[in-house]
Formats: sequence, structure tokens, C-alpha cells
Amino acid sequence: MPQLIRKGIRIDESFAEAFPMTGSGVVVTAPTRKWAMQAATTMTGYATSVIGCDCEAGIDRELSTRETPDGRPGVRVLLFGFSPKSVEKALVNRIGQCVLTCPGSAVFSAFDGEAKIKVGDSMRQFGDKWQISKAIDGRRYWRVPVMDGEFLAESSVGLTKKSVGGGNLLIMGEDWASTMRATEAAVEAVHATPDAIAPFPGGVVRSGSKVGSKYKGMGASTNDAYCPTLRGATNSALDADIGCVLEIVIDGLTSEAVAAGMRAGLKAIIALGPKQGAKRVGAGNYGGKLGPFHYHLKDLV
Amino acid sequence: MKPLLFTLKAEPDQRLDLSPLTPDRLVGRSAKEIESLSIGTTRESVTVGDIFKVKLGDVTSVRFDGGSDRFDLLGAKLLPGFAIHVEGDVGAQLGRAAKGGTITVAGDAGPYVASQSAGANIDIYGDAGDFLGAPLAGEIPGMSGGRVIVRGSVGARCGDRLRRGIIIVEGDAGEDLGARAIAGTIIVLGTAEGERIGYLNKRASIVLSEQRELGPTYVDCGAHNLGFAKLFAKSLAGESRGASRLLSGRLQRFAGDTAVFGKGEVLLPA
Repeated sequence: MPQLIRKGIRIDESFAEAFPMTGSGVVVTAPTRKWAMQAATTMTGYATSVIGCDCEAGIDRELSTRETPDGRPGVRVLLFGFSPKSVEKALVNRIGQCVLTCPGSAVFSAFDGEAKIKVGDSMRQFGDKWQISKAIDGRRYWRVPVMDGEFLAESSVGLTKKSVGGGNLLIMGEDWASTMRATEAAVEAVHATPDAIAPFPGGVVRSGSKVGSKYKGMGASTNDAYCPTLRGATNSALDADIGCVLEIVIDGLTSEAVAAGMRAGLKAIIALGPKQGAKRVGAGNYGGKLGPFHYHLKDLV
Repeated sequence: MKPLLFTLKAEPDQRLDLSPLTPDRLVGRSAKEIESLSIGTTRESVTVGDIFKVKLGDVTSVRFDGGSDRFDLLGAKLLPGFAIHVEGDVGAQLGRAAKGGTITVAGDAGPYVASQSAGANIDIYGDAGDFLGAPLAGEIPGMSGGRVIVRGSVGARCGDRLRRGIIIVEGDAGEDLGARAIAGTIIVLGTAEGERIGYLNKRASIVLSEQRELGPTYVDCGAHNLGFAKLFAKSLAGESRGASRLLSGRLQRFAGDTAVFGKGEVLLPA
């Protein structure tokens, strides 16, 4: 594969292939940072990939007391799915089970978007007719009495169909420790990018998949071309100096956010250098025929 | 561009119906056409030209230099995006059934301010009369949206049958504050007179700035830090600092009026 060299790191002349998704987001606040983060962490659990989860979700960033609608510490959470309906279902379920239940929490829309999902409007009936609606500056909120006071939820949150899911970087290094150092640096850079999340555990996925399987009825299976233990046995994409591959998958509210996330990740990997971190960076695609969004690594370095 | 200006020539000798003079209805009219509009309410005909000197300008913002307590129905059915300023007093039904827009009055206003208004932002720097936000006789809901701030005091029955929106009174309020209110929010920074605060209030929030006795149909629910009050506090910080401060503190919640729904509340500083 043709490659560019940047600071001794080989950058594949390849591209990440990504798909249109429906995105939504909420701001979760609580009396303390700890409990705001707890609500956000809980509601983004089991949301790594739409292959097996109801949505892909992650924490965009922490918000200071100045940035939140109610002046309390908050966390901005983004959530992606394949259709507005599936996103609505996932969001309402997750807020109902993970945020409503979390002590001290309140939930607000993170952005306006082209359409709206009813969140507070679906949650209000938990109040058993004790709930109270308040309209403030053109937005409607529900006050639902709960055991530690009131759960405050905005009646509806924004939804956008312009989101993109599946931007990615394949980070290749000599061993697990050095590859992980580069990957962690890249994940941190992706986290710092607004409107983009990395939904996998700690932002990292180690079980990249290919389409199809030798078994009947399995749509995806391990990406053997990138498995270092199969380097000699299969049609491997790996060089002799690669002993570990880790992937970062990026979902963003816009195509620009995904590109910015990938660019920031690449920059962090290159800054770390090949001695401390990765030897080579690639990107995953399906030949370019499945997804309409292509992010070429050469355009991002 | 300077605003479209109506300068008062002399105190009118009858009550005036100023509802035709909202900015949205003056678009594209010449000064002569505006001066020929009839605004009288008696058998003796009165036109705009008899009372005002008209100077054309930006129609999205209309200014009245000089006011009178005979200026009725000013800003009636006003639309979003338009503004009216009155340098003086106004009469009854200011902003009646307005759909949006901004009205500021430097002086006092008469009764029925914002009656059935659905979205106007009204600022009154003086006092306002009775029945602020209330429906007229025979109508069911009162004000159903928007915001009214009275820097002075208001008369009796303020917020009568309020349906939605927020009323802030920085001075005192007369008797029967928030009577029969359906929903919405009323904040009074001065003293609210009388025994029947929130009489037959269904779902409205009435916030008062001082501890006081309420009727027996209001039940104490304890002092709390309420999230929605913080949102209001933030939203009102630029418009009424007193109201913003009151709402940022802990509030004692009295639920009522239990003689009806009991889903409303009176909030007092704790």
C-alpha cells in the first residue's frame, strides 16, 4: 500500500468509509460533577456499536457551571442511530432508566437540530399527574416530583439527520503498550474535538471486523488481515514490525466533526512519534462502495 | 432608521381606540393615510391627525411621544418582530391579544394589561391597573404567553385566569393576586395585599418575596432548591435582578389551591 511518512510514522494512503446517521444529544446536569458524570456514564453504557446495541453513544465533553442551562455542573452526551425512530426509542429508554433514576439529575437539549424528539413529554407521566410544566424563554420543561426533589427535563431535544458514523483510525505499533500509548493520545484528542465521540470502551476497539464470515448467518467476523497472530497464515495487511493494532471509531454530529476528530487523532499520534507510540496508521473501509463519506488520511495530516 | 413617531398634540377629550396603530398595520401607509385613520370611540369622530403629529419612519418600531390614560387598546394584536414604545401613560387593555412583539411604557398603564396576550414582552416602568393579564368578561383564559414586567405596583386580581407566561411585579400587588390562575408564573417583589392569594389557583406558580400567612387551602411542602427556579433566575437576570435573586434562593413550597386542583403553588423565600 502506498504510504506517506510523517515524523517516521507511516501513514497509509487509505481512507475511512463512514455512513450517514441520525444524531441527538442531551446535556445532563447534577448538583456535583461526580453525579453529572455518573448519569452520563450510565446512560452511555452498552452503546458501542449499532450492530448489537440500540444506539452508539458517548460523552462529548464536560460542561462548566457557566455553560449549562441551570448553572450546575453538566456533561454533554451525544447519541447516534440509524433512524430517527431508533434514536428516539434509545434516548427515551436511556434517560428513563439511567438519568431519571440518577440522584439530582436534570436533562436538557444539547442542540436545536432539524427535528425534535419528545423526551420530557415521554417522561412526564412518571409524575402520576403531579408533574408540572413550565415554559421558559420559549422552551418547555417538565418538573417531575421524585424522592430527592424534582427531576427537571426539557420537553423535547434536538435531532439531526446530518450526522456521520464510522470515521476511524487503525493504529499499528510494535507491541500492545506502545500502540496503546499512541491510541490513548489519539482518543484524548478526539474527546477534545467538539461534536464528536468515540463510542467504544475508553474510545478504543480491538476487535475490528470485516464483512462476512465462514459461518452461516454471521454478518461480520474478525478482521484477519489486521490480526498480528495470523500475519503469516492469512493475506495479512501487516508489516513485519507490527505486533498490535487498535482502532478508534468516531461518530460526529456533522461530517466536519468526524474529519476534525480524525485529524486531531492523527496529529496526536504523529506528535508522540514512532519510538514511544505507533509505527503506522491506516483506516478501515469497504472498498468505498458502501458508505458515502470518505476521509482520506493524506488529506488529514 | 428612526422609529415611526406619533407626537401627542393635546390631551384627547374622549377615550381612544388605538388598536389600528400597531406597526404591522401601518406598513406601506403614507403619513396622510395614517392621519386619516379613525380612532374615536364616541359619536364625535376623531382621527389620528386630530390627536397626533405623525412622522414617518421605521414601521417595525413605533414611538409615541406623550401618553394619556385615555390611550386604550394600544398594541392590540401586535405581531412578533414589532415594537412599540410610549413615552407617557396608557389606558386600558395595553397589548390586548398580542401575538408577540415588544411594548414598553415609560408611565403608568390602566386595567387589563396583556389581557389574553399570547406572547408579547411588555415592560411598564410605572404602575399598572387592576386585572393585569385577565380575560374580559365572558372569556375563559387570560394571558396565554409572553412576559409582563411592571416596575411599579399593580392593582387587584393581577394574573386572573393566567394560562401561560410570566408576570413580574417589582412593586406591590393588590388583592386577589393570581386568583383563578390556570397555569403560568407570577412573581411579586413587593407586598401582596389581602388574604386570598392564589384563590382557586389550579396549576400556577406564585412567587412572593416575603414570608406571610396564606389561606388554609394552601399546604406546606417544605423548603427546597428547585431546578426550574434556577432556570428562571438565569433567564430573568438581565430583566429583573430582584426576581432573579429571589428565584436563585431556597424556596418554601405551599401547594394549592387545594380547594380546586391543588397542583399550583405559592413559593416564599425560606
